[in-house]
Amino acid sequence: MEKGKGVMGAGRRWAVDFSDNSTAPSSRDIPDPPGFTRASVDQDDSAVSRQKKDAEANWKAQKAWEVAQAPFKNLLMMGFMMWMAGSTVHLFSIGITFSALWQPISALQGVGKVFEPYKDNKVDLLGPKLLFIALNLGGLALGVWKLNTLGLLPTHASDWVSSLSPAQEVEYSGGGIPL
Amino acid sequence: MDWHQQYIGKVKQAVFHTHKTGRKRVVASTEQNIIATLDLRRGEIFWRHVLGPNDVVDGIDIALGKYVITLSSGGSILRAWNLPDGQMVWESSLHGPKHSKPLLLTRNLIIEKDNVLIVFSNGRLNAVSCIDGEVLWKKDFEEESLEVQQVIQPPGSGFIYVVGFAASSQFEMYKINAKNGELLKHESTAFSGRFTGEVSLVSSETVVALDSTGSILLTISFHNGKISSQQTPVSNLLEDSPGLAVIIHPSVTGIFAIKTDAATIFIRVIGEGKLEVVEKTNHETVVSDALSISEGQQAFALVQHAGSSIHLTVKPAHDWDSNLLKESIKMDQQRGFVHKVFINNYIRTDRSHGFRALIVMEDHSLLLLQQGAIVWSREDGLASIIDVTTSELPVEKAGVSVAKVELNLFEWLKGHVLKLKGTLMLATPEDIAAIQHMRLKSSEKSKMTRDHNGFRKLLIALTRAGKLFALHTGDGRIVWSHLLQSLHKSESCRQPIVLNLYQWLVPHHHALDENPSVLVVGRCGPSSDALGVLSLVDSYTGKEFSSLSLVHSVAQVIPLPYTDSTEQRLHLLIDADKHAHLYPKTPEAIDSFQSEFSNVYWYSVDDDNGIIKGYALKTKCSSNVADEFCFDSRELWSIVLPSESEKIITTATRKLNEAVHTQAKLIADQDVMYKYISSNLLFVATVAPKASGEIGSVTPEESWLVVYLIDTVTGRVLHRMTHHGSQGPVQAVLSENWVVYHYFNLRAHRYEMSVIEIYDQSRADNKDVWKLVVGNHNLTSPVSSYSRAEVITKSQSYFFTHSLKAIAVTLTVKGITSKQLLIGTIGDQVLALDKRFLDPRRSVNPTQAEREEGIIPLTDSLPIIPQSYITHSLRVEGLQSIITVAAKLESTTLVFAHGLDLFFTHYAPSRTYDSLTEDFSYALLLITIVALVAAIFVTWILSQRKELQDRWR
Repeated sequence: MEKGKGVMGAGRRWAVDFSDNSTAPSSRDIPDPPGFTRASVDQDDSAVSRQKKDAEANWKAQKAWEVAQAPFKNLLMMGFMMWMAGSTVHLFSIGITFSALWQPISALQGVGKVFEPYKDNKVDLLGPKLLFIALNLGGLALGVWKLNTLGLLPTHASDWVSSLSPAQEVEYSGGGIPL
Repeated sequence: MDWHQQYIGKVKQAVFHTHKTGRKRVVASTEQNIIATLDLRRGEIFWRHVLGPNDVVDGIDIALGKYVITLSSGGSILRAWNLPDGQMVWESSLHGPKHSKPLLLTRNLIIEKDNVLIVFSNGRLNAVSCIDGEVLWKKDFEEESLEVQQVIQPPGSGFIYVVGFAASSQFEMYKINAKNGELLKHESTAFSGRFTGEVSLVSSETVVALDSTGSILLTISFHNGKISSQQTPVSNLLEDSPGLAVIIHPSVTGIFAIKTDAATIFIRVIGEGKLEVVEKTNHETVVSDALSISEGQQAFALVQHAGSSIHLTVKPAHDWDSNLLKESIKMDQQRGFVHKVFINNYIRTDRSHGFRALIVMEDHSLLLLQQGAIVWSREDGLASIIDVTTSELPVEKAGVSVAKVELNLFEWLKGHVLKLKGTLMLATPEDIAAIQHMRLKSSEKSKMTRDHNGFRKLLIALTRAGKLFALHTGDGRIVWSHLLQSLHKSESCRQPIVLNLYQWLVPHHHALDENPSVLVVGRCGPSSDALGVLSLVDSYTGKEFSSLSLVHSVAQVIPLPYTDSTEQRLHLLIDADKHAHLYPKTPEAIDSFQSEFSNVYWYSVDDDNGIIKGYALKTKCSSNVADEFCFDSRELWSIVLPSESEKIITTATRKLNEAVHTQAKLIADQDVMYKYISSNLLFVATVAPKASGEIGSVTPEESWLVVYLIDTVTGRVLHRMTHHGSQGPVQAVLSENWVVYHYFNLRAHRYEMSVIEIYDQSRADNKDVWKLVVGNHNLTSPVSSYSRAEVITKSQSYFFTHSLKAIAVTLTVKGITSKQLLIGTIGDQVLALDKRFLDPRRSVNPTQAEREEGIIPLTDSLPIIPQSYITHSLRVEGLQSIITVAAKLESTTLVFAHGLDLFFTHYAPSRTYDSLTEDFSYALLLITIVALVAAIFVTWILSQRKELQDRWR
């Protein structure tokens, strides 16, 4: 992602346009050499650039899909690590669970940024974005599921009543064996 | 952190041992059945033996200058103890044909080079060898009605007189050969009147007795075996009729004293039965025994009160008008009257006689007087504590100079550096001594202000003598003591008895300007319908600021959970006629009471008849006197236990101030059970009437123990369980929703402990998470006992090794910390036992989930872990009860155990998870932090430099 950005996007600081697009010969000081017809060159040149642009758009779309699919690998790896961590609460399992929760959340926050390099008029980024979000949500769900298996989610009645103070009593009675 | 104080109780008899060189001691026997030797210089205990509760000490003496002889158990047991170290030398049991008054006589009687003790007990005269306790001869006095009053051995003679009364009207005299117990002579004379018990011995052959009307004095002499007597009406000696008189003190040659209501009269016997009044005093007067100071000369001491001082006078026996010693000693008013005096003499450097006196005061304290000053004093009233409560200390106010007690920063740092040295093992022996010293006198813990952790409190103890003591929990010192004036013997209250102690006012809102106070309840006389006495005492100053003589009796005192606007707690006093009286008697109190009137109930447990009754309050008293603070009671329910099969032996209720954190109990797999938590729960244990005696007196078949859990509002029996083949005594403790009790299993021949836990089944349906999340449940709405919640109980029993003296449970401020049972063992120690061992859900093979929950696999007996004795190696002799008080720190309970000794400690059932330990080294922490910060800076600078160099390269 970083590399692509450098080459294609905002990394471009200066440019020299070697292709001269001007069609009017009068604007030039130097007349065209004999036997040169400007019109044919112009035609040829525009076809090439269109081709080039299409290739770029294709490439961007392809890259965008690739990026969108990247969390899937992550998901698998996370799943494996969770399986390794077991279901008891200890430092390792908690660490893994929280990283599993944190990664999708941070990724979701940066959805726009991730796909910015592939932004193009011709490229439809909705599909890759949706896939990316779906996969990350999947990762998040995995994390939450893990949290629940660790018993850290308040999904049981016991989690809600454990600190419930005893009910007040209406009546009061005292006494005992006479002094 | 903990302290331990040893006491001996109220001294009954004292014998000095000052003849020989070496340490001077005094041997004392007390009403708590203790024999102790005290250091005469400082009053410290050299050694002490606590005899059993039935082994009452009848007499003590010193024999051969090295043995302490004690006669106990109604004259049945004679023991000799080694004086220097208290080892028992020998023991003889003396039995006889019948029960009689025990008398011990030790004179220098020598039979065939053997020092002999003459003991009269159980209707038999015994001569016992001092060396090994062997009975040399015995002589029975089997005559049925004979009551032997005195055994006399005239000095230098070879015979013994045994005098007494037969059939209350006949004087009997036996003359016995001291060598072999042979009866030499028997004489008797009949009198027209009847005798009262005491006789006073005025010479070796003359006794004085009073007749049963208390108006005629009889002087009986039996010189040479001939009985001659003379009757003198008391009114002849005194112009005004004195009323009923009693002989108060025997055994000063030639003089005896009678005491009437108003005065003490000293009478001298002159010649043949002639009596002469030598002095009549209206003051409270106490006389000592005669002390022979030189050949043929006797002296005795008189102690009289005069205002705030006492006068000690020592007189020779033969001459009333001269004084050997006359001293006036300033005495603390809070010690009351002198009850007993024992004297001892010593030779001064100018060869004159000096005297020291040991006096026992009304508050049971013991003081040694010498040369007009109090040499030492012991607060032995603390050996008989009836009730204990606690009070917070004053809040530390701004502006009050605390700096005096608090160390300045430099000293604080110095102290911590020393501690650090100690931890790093760099300390020199001097440093270690300094550290020890610092720990001991740590001024922090004995300050007179409240602390953040709530460790510093006042323990207010009420003793049997009617004295209140305030002890500081930091070091156990007495902050103040107060002899209750309202519970003093007076015209209106002849036999005052202190009953109990309650917290009257605990200021929360006005903690800065209001002092807490306690209520002492007493009654005038031993019967239950005697009039009551209330006394209110300020907890900070110990001043009695108010006292009330009630017009009704006090059968029960019920502290109500309501206070008036000045935060005085409302109390209901139930009298013998079942009227309830509300205190304090203020209009405001009645206003706040009226609103809760219909919700207040009370119950009484009649353990003699096996009836438990519950009452509600009705209207105002129907008696003729209009009293708006008095209410009639209406009987609501009664539980009558069949008297032929059940007898109530123990009851237990929850502590009023116990905090319960949660109503839910989480069990394995995140399941919930709802505890049945009610402060109106009563535990009752009954046994078969046959089995109410000692263990082993019945067969298992005819013995059973039945336990009940009763709701005291409705009288509903929530649970009933029978333990067949089991027997009391039962010790029980009820806390939260469980009760633990201890009893004896006759079939297994072992002690057992059982636990019952009670759960509210009607709440069990509250398991819908969503309802709980949105708060759509009724778990916190007030409950009524009349809603008849469906309950289930779980119980389990375990064997336990020890028999118990007391049982208590740890108490923390919010009730979050797990509970431990504090068990007062028969060895007078306090053992902590985790409540998890008494969990009815224990099973032999707990599942993984149950193990995670902390359930211990079931074993048949409860383990005793030696490390969990919270008294360590100390013993709280005669342990009576264990009191637990919550500190402000949730993890910690303050534990106070009292009996003859006092013991106080802090105890954290789940370790001190919320604070650092006392010896935590702050200096080490500080140094570590500073070192770390320094290291960070240094490495940062170094890395900067390195980077710079790298760039230049």
